Order: sequence, then C-alpha cells, then structure tokens
Amino acid sequence: MSIWEYANPVKFMRSSGAILPWVVAGAAICTVFGLVWGFLTPVDYRQGATVKIVFLHVPAALMAINAWLMMLVASLIWLVRRHHVSALAAKAAAPVGAVMTLIALVTGAIWGQPMWGTWWEWDPRLTSFLILFLFYLGYIALWEAVEDPDSAADLTGVLCLVGSVFALLSRYAVNFWNQGLHQGASLSVAPGERMSAVYRYPLYLSMLGFFLLFLALLLIRTRTEIRRRRLAALLARENRA
Amino acid sequence: MIELGKYAGTVLAAYGISLGLLLAVVVQTLVANRRARRELEEHERNG
Repeated sequence: MSIWEYANPVKFMRSSGAILPWVVAGAAICTVFGLVWGFLTPVDYRQGATVKIVFLHVPAALMAINAWLMMLVASLIWLVRRHHVSALAAKAAAPVGAVMTLIALVTGAIWGQPMWGTWWEWDPRLTSFLILFLFYLGYIALWEAVEDPDSAADLTGVLCLVGSVFALLSRYAVNFWNQGLHQGASLSVAPGERMSAVYRYPLYLSMLGFFLLFLALLLIRTRTEIRRRRLAALLARENRA
Repeated sequence: MIELGKYAGTVLAAYGISLGLLLAVVVQTLVANRRARRELEEHERNG
C-alpha cells in the first residue's frame, strides 16, 4: 500500500467517491454550526458586533493560504513524478482558493472600515494577500489559455512555485515587518490567551468547517477534471481512428 | 433577538457577501460535475 496508488485515476475515483459523502456531511455540519454559533456570540467590549466577522475572515484567510500551499505540493508532485491526478487536483483547488482569498479580503475591508477607519491600507499583510489573489486569477487564466494540458500543468506548476512566496508572505508578513495596521495571529500555541473561549471555540469549529468545505469541493472538482480528461482522451482516440 | 447595534449593516454585509460567494462556488462546482459526468456517461453509452 503506497500513497502513489492514489495517483491512479481509477483508484482515486473509487476512494474519493467512498469518502465524499462523509466529507460533505462534515463540511455542512461544521460550517453551518460554526457560523451560527459565531453569529450568536456576545458583542465584544471594544469591537462591538464586528467581532462576529472573525468567524468568516480567519477561516477564509487560513484556507486561502493553505489552498495555495496544497497546490504547491500537488504541482511539485506533477513536476517531479508526472502524476496527472496531482496536476488536476492543483487545477481544481485554484477557484476555491481564489474565493477564500476574496472572502478574506472583502470581510477584512468591511471590518477595517469601522475599526481602522479605512477600507484598505497598503499594509504588508493586506498587500501580499491582494497579490496572492492576483496570482490565483493568473493561475486560473493560465490553465485556460494553454491548450495542451501537460504544458498547462508545467507552466502553472512554475507559477505556483513563484506565488508560494506571497502565500507565505501573507502569513508571516506581520512577523517580518513590524509595521502596518494588521494585528498578529488571532490564535497561537504560544503561552498566553489571545482570544476568549467564548469566541475561540466557535472559531475552531468554523475553521474545521471551512477546511472540510475546501476538501469536499476539491474532491468533487478533481473528479470533474478527471472525467473531462477521460472524455477528451476518448474523443482524441476516436478522431485518430 | 440578536443584538448587532450600530454595526448591524457591517456584520450583515460581511455574512451576506461571504455566504453568497461560498454558495456560488458550491453551485458552480456541482453543476460542472454533473455536466462532466453526464457527458462522459453519454459518450461511453453511445460508444
């Protein structure tokens, strides 16, 4: 038993089909309960009701970065081992990651207006996040622009490597540059409480929900890409015959 | 009743836009998946 067995499209379709209902159910339950629980939390003494935006903003930002890092791993597997399923998984993850990035940007701007007094600031973390979003759009556009799927996978793989700099920067920009408006991490394993348990537990549930939602969409979209690839191969074979 | 105070518009806009975007990507994913499966099944059935 090896992890590379899942690079076989047939094996991937069978395995993903078996776990998909459980992932979808988990995603629906955790996302709905996490967001409803978050929405019902008491108002914060400093932020007022805007604290409820954290249950959208933090999970979306977390998945925006991690989706790109997942695409990086999948792209490296493609570039090194030429497994088609990994290239298709990277392609499948990009639109979901782009939506997560957009949610993080929009909710951040909506929260920032009353709290910081501005919708936008050219702060290191905000700027690197905007660049990450542009990389997502460029990545999706490049897949659509190149006709040969293997060439598209090669080129987007290289783009993914370059974009990873901004994915990591958007996570660690606050640590690298001690300037800008954006605060440090909301949650940390370091000693000292940064967030009250009243907010922390619904936030954990929302984060789990967003992760499972990403995983469910990733599996469905990868299965879609495999089917499209299979249909294209059948049509090409018939045209040659 | 949930108390949102003077930030009601801010919070509701954040939730509304975010849930709308999530719903859009979920629907697009399901529609594309259904179409791909149907086209492949039809092609395999018709040989």
